[in-house]
Amino acid sequence: MEIGSSTQGEPDPSDRQGCLPLGIPMKRHTKGNFHQTAAPLLFLLPNILIFGTFIIIPAIQGLRMSFTEWGVFTTPKFIGFDNFIELAGDEVFWKTFNNTIVYSFFTVALIMVYALALALLLYKNVLKGEKIFRSLFYIPSLLSMITVGIAWRFILGDEMGIINYLLRSMGGDGIRWLTDGKLAMVSIIAVSIWAQAGYYMVVLIAGLQAIPIELYEAAKIDGASAPKTFTSITLPLLRSTLLVVLVLATIASFKAYELISVMTKGGPGYATKFIVQQVYQVAFLEDRMGYASAMSIVLMLIISLFTVLQFKLSGGEADHE
Amino acid sequence: MNKQRMYRIVHYAVLILLSLATLLPVLWVVLSSFKPQSELFRVPLTFIPQDWTLENYVSSLAAGNFPVYFSNTVFVAVVSTAITVLINLMAGYALAKYIFKGRDIIFTVMIATLMIPLQVIMIPIFLQLKSLGMLNSLWGIIIPPAATPTGVFLARQYLVTLPNSLIEAARIDGAREHTIFFRLILPMSKPIVATIAIFSFMWRWNDYLWPLIVITDNRKQTIQQALANFVGQLQINWSDLLAMTTIAIIPVIIVFLAFQRFFFSGIAAGSVKG
Repeated sequence: MEIGSSTQGEPDPSDRQGCLPLGIPMKRHTKGNFHQTAAPLLFLLPNILIFGTFIIIPAIQGLRMSFTEWGVFTTPKFIGFDNFIELAGDEVFWKTFNNTIVYSFFTVALIMVYALALALLLYKNVLKGEKIFRSLFYIPSLLSMITVGIAWRFILGDEMGIINYLLRSMGGDGIRWLTDGKLAMVSIIAVSIWAQAGYYMVVLIAGLQAIPIELYEAAKIDGASAPKTFTSITLPLLRSTLLVVLVLATIASFKAYELISVMTKGGPGYATKFIVQQVYQVAFLEDRMGYASAMSIVLMLIISLFTVLQFKLSGGEADHE
Repeated sequence: MNKQRMYRIVHYAVLILLSLATLLPVLWVVLSSFKPQSELFRVPLTFIPQDWTLENYVSSLAAGNFPVYFSNTVFVAVVSTAITVLINLMAGYALAKYIFKGRDIIFTVMIATLMIPLQVIMIPIFLQLKSLGMLNSLWGIIIPPAATPTGVFLARQYLVTLPNSLIEAARIDGAREHTIFFRLILPMSKPIVATIAIFSFMWRWNDYLWPLIVITDNRKQTIQQALANFVGQLQINWSDLLAMTTIAIIPVIIVFLAFQRFFFSGIAAGSVKG
């Protein structure tokens, strides 16, 4: 059946206008009216089932669980706000909370600066090989966090790491990149930036290229200096893109899991343990599902807080990313 | 003019330095996987292998379950991607080209689920999978994350721009709704299908958290899980591990090189995970 082959040639421009209010009125050519009413719901069915079963119901269940005492093999017992009260005095939890915030703050701030610097070096399409450089910087973003962690443990590991091997072979001491508390955090942050900057560079390049070139030409005619042009044209017009990057990078940093489990396992002690690690530990290793759910709820609240903040900052601009 | 030349040289120098720093760790891993075990930590360290060898690949493929992990991962990534593309395109089509009650609410709720990361609901999801009997099954990895908010969003954005008159004409010709979708819409959606497929494949290939929740049975694990287990051992056999890591990296690099333009346009269209 060759549907539409006759019309495919020249779409009527007025069609696109007709698209604006979205969708096609159903009533017109209807014999199969039932068919047309049922169709969208059937098209949506798999997604609705999956979203419902694996996101919406679990989200509600998670909220309910946070008010219970619950192991995998026991029946849940309602205990009101006890989990949250216990959380408030849980030193380990606050340590992981603190770590998460410190890690996120530095990772996000430095990613934004570095990714913006890369984007500024590469957005103009004037250099030869610009596209190749973009691809090169993007390569770490292709790798799973597990492989990123392995690569960097190979390089930074205490005993068998390449760098320490080199230092020791020259008669020096090894540096405890991953087993000194402070340094381990620095290493994790640096590797996170290395792994993700290329992705945000691509987002920012798209943002920079959307700024009309006439503005720069006008600024040039007016004799504006490069820093002046940057602060009064580039930054303001890049604002919404920067906000997208800010929110995406923040959420990603709150979810960081794999890198830590490969590189430091949260150690030494609790030095690089984040909320997500603690949730996994308490839920699946200590079998306290209810208590771990309460932690998840706190994490969820922090993430939503940042998302809402973004919408406030961007003045309600509809960025769906 | 001379000043401009200077700028250009500095510009290139900075780019070359930074890209070398970016690539060095990856290159080191990949090149080291071709060194014999005796050369891996030999002083002075070599960057390019002196004696190229495939022995690490032979031993890591021969030992243990690595071929099983590899085929599990291929199965999960390919089947998930096919399902993700189909159901998200269907949902995007329903949301773009039909008018019905509750459409906007459904769309809003789907997009809003973006704000609920898996890490936050992994406990109830684990219990849900348990009650559905999906634990320790590859389908437990494949099905639950198959519907993605970003996939629906991208599909809808794309399909909205297709002219309605084509669909109307097909209806006048007597085509059924599903025929219109499969014979008319699907073939016209190639660019967005490619974008969703590529990001889905990459994400599934690299994903660790879903398999971690769903799979405990050793023979059902994926490559990323196997790598994480391997690196968690007290005595790490780095030669084998680097070979396995390289095997895990190669497919994503190939997909990237083959479909580069879709990557950058996809990220620009909406920052995508699957």
